[in-house]
Amino acid sequence: MTNNTTERILRPTRGLVSVNLGELWRFRELLGLLAWRDVLVRYKQTYLGIAWAVLQPVLTMLVFSVMFGKLAKFESRGAPYSILVLAGLLPWQFFSSALSESSNSLVASARIISKVYFPRLIIPISSVLGGLLDILIATGILLVMMPFYGVEFRWHLLLLPLFFVAAFLPALAAGIWFSALNVQYRDVRYIVPFITRLGMYVTPVGFLWQTQLTGPWEKWRLLYHLNPLVGPIDGFRWCVLGDQFAPWWPGFWMSVGITVVLLIAGLAYFRQVERNFADIV
Amino acid sequence: MEDYCISIRGVGKRFNLRESGGHDTLRDQIAGLAKRLLGKSRAQRESGEFWAVKDVSFDVKPGDVVGIVGHNGAGKSTLLKLLSQISEPSAGEIRVRGRIASLLEVGTGFHPELSGRENIFLNGAILGMTKAEIRSKFDEIVAFAEVEKFLDTPVKRYSSGMYVRLAFAVAANLEPEILVVDEVLAVGDIQFQKRCLGKMADVAKSGRTILFVSHNLAAVQKLCTRGILLKSGSLVYDGSTEECITRYLASVKEAQGELTGYAVNQPLLDSQSPDAPIRVTCLEMFDLEGAPLHHMDVNDGFRIRIHYECTGDYAKGAVSVLLQIRTHLGQELVRLSTMPVSGYEIDHLARVGYVDLTIDSLPLVGGRYLLGVHFYRPHVEAMLILSDVVTLEVAPTDVYGSGIGMDQNQGVIVANHKWHHHVIVPKGGTPPANL
Repeated sequence: MTNNTTERILRPTRGLVSVNLGELWRFRELLGLLAWRDVLVRYKQTYLGIAWAVLQPVLTMLVFSVMFGKLAKFESRGAPYSILVLAGLLPWQFFSSALSESSNSLVASARIISKVYFPRLIIPISSVLGGLLDILIATGILLVMMPFYGVEFRWHLLLLPLFFVAAFLPALAAGIWFSALNVQYRDVRYIVPFITRLGMYVTPVGFLWQTQLTGPWEKWRLLYHLNPLVGPIDGFRWCVLGDQFAPWWPGFWMSVGITVVLLIAGLAYFRQVERNFADIV
Repeated sequence: MEDYCISIRGVGKRFNLRESGGHDTLRDQIAGLAKRLLGKSRAQRESGEFWAVKDVSFDVKPGDVVGIVGHNGAGKSTLLKLLSQISEPSAGEIRVRGRIASLLEVGTGFHPELSGRENIFLNGAILGMTKAEIRSKFDEIVAFAEVEKFLDTPVKRYSSGMYVRLAFAVAANLEPEILVVDEVLAVGDIQFQKRCLGKMADVAKSGRTILFVSHNLAAVQKLCTRGILLKSGSLVYDGSTEECITRYLASVKEAQGELTGYAVNQPLLDSQSPDAPIRVTCLEMFDLEGAPLHHMDVNDGFRIRIHYECTGDYAKGAVSVLLQIRTHLGQELVRLSTMPVSGYEIDHLARVGYVDLTIDSLPLVGGRYLLGVHFYRPHVEAMLILSDVVTLEVAPTDVYGSGIGMDQNQGVIVANHKWHHHVIVPKGGTPPANL
């Protein structure tokens, strides 16, 4: 009766190992449960609970609107500055919280890793997924605020899910890279807050890069899109504010391209070090 | 096709001691290990690697209940980790047919903030159950754990008893074809052990395959149909359980030789796994005056000082220390744990320290006894199991003043006693005369 079950062969692996997608699929329930656990645990024992998912983007939006819109008087090309900022903030905040949560995920799961087998990739992926609820809530806020600021709903909004994916992939790539690096190099816990803090100003969250990279700076546009978040942020603004804010497509594809490269390299690196996780965490 | 469910061929696990700097605790571990390796062979030191498991081959047939025994550091736990795919072999090949579940601790993945209900699903999924399976077993799990009223309470508010019952209930409802169990289940209170062993016996009876690592020789003897003895990472015996245990005990004895007072099994201390959360660095034995112990008479007391070194921080009461005394034949006589047996809660535990246990009087007859030291997190997991790490020689003292030295030919314990014979004289008669 056990003979019809498949035989698993465990032996030393060398070189590059491919990602076993079938196995990941078999463990999808565990993936879901772990993401759900992350969400539950994040807001348990907090006084305001899930309200934090509303407060964080709204407060950041206010500060950025005042800082860049009112004080620095950055150009918004006619769009309400708050909406401009919030549209950029959604993908950025998803990315930065996914990065903070997932970079520590493997180390935090050390006990489980050393006691039970399952594809280790599930751990960083689930912590990235755990951030989805927050971005959905923030999107809801955005949709509520749009009419309030006199921004009409356009057909472009239907494209939003595509840009969700475009924002999800860099978060996933970063999560996979940093969680694996963190197992071996605990320096990661100093690097990640640095990235999320600095990145917020380097990435066009509080401003339009189109209004900043002008004149002699214009030739750096393509290089600027090596930041994988620039493309998705442009996409979000396009969906919300219309054609005047359409992404600059060569740059957009540059962002997507670098994301794919980072993701594939990240998977390869992860698989490479995965075999030793249980021995070194 | 051969009829096996696990086939192990030439399997080895190498730990490369130089690999991957950067991780601070790892660096500490390497430094600690290197220090201990200084006493060992030069070749080993220079290559910077050691084999925790080396060239092990055996097959397990469906329905086998295999007990794996061996000293600490013999590679038992590493072997289980290889089998359960937690860590990857460095050499050889393992073939597994059928669903395998490894129970290296209970309550893996339990989150203190989550409710009992939530943890059942989470823990079940981590152990490899599908949601549908968990749902169908849910009522059974809850009933077994007796936590109906607290299903929606975060488990951090559970008493430790409730916590374990729940954790164990989930594990007990696993239905794998192959069950891999580490000795976690051999520590803790006797009642919990009994329950675990009972459940394992049920699993064994239902014809499923079990691999069981334990220092609890009685349990191995009772449950297992086959014994495997590991020594320094290699398989040295594979056959009947009785023979396996006999050889294991002989090897314990052999390591000791002639002695008076006591002897610490140094190789055993040296072979503690470098990745254990806690290690015993030194064991000292004193008499009740505080002088090093040289001689023990029956009814004498002693003090054992257990120096430890640990990597994590453990809150007050989180760790329990246990001293076990058994005869050289493996029969357990004394089992004292700080919690729950002695009701002594160990303070916050971090880095280094020592634990003293003073036994005022040991009423054991003359002979040889083996002392074991365990560190464990009550109801959670064994952190360190050093079985038979000290050999204690008690002189066959003439405690009763009769000229006979009490040794193991006269039982195991001594009792202060008095004999008295009284003749009952029948009423109105004379004592019966001896004819």
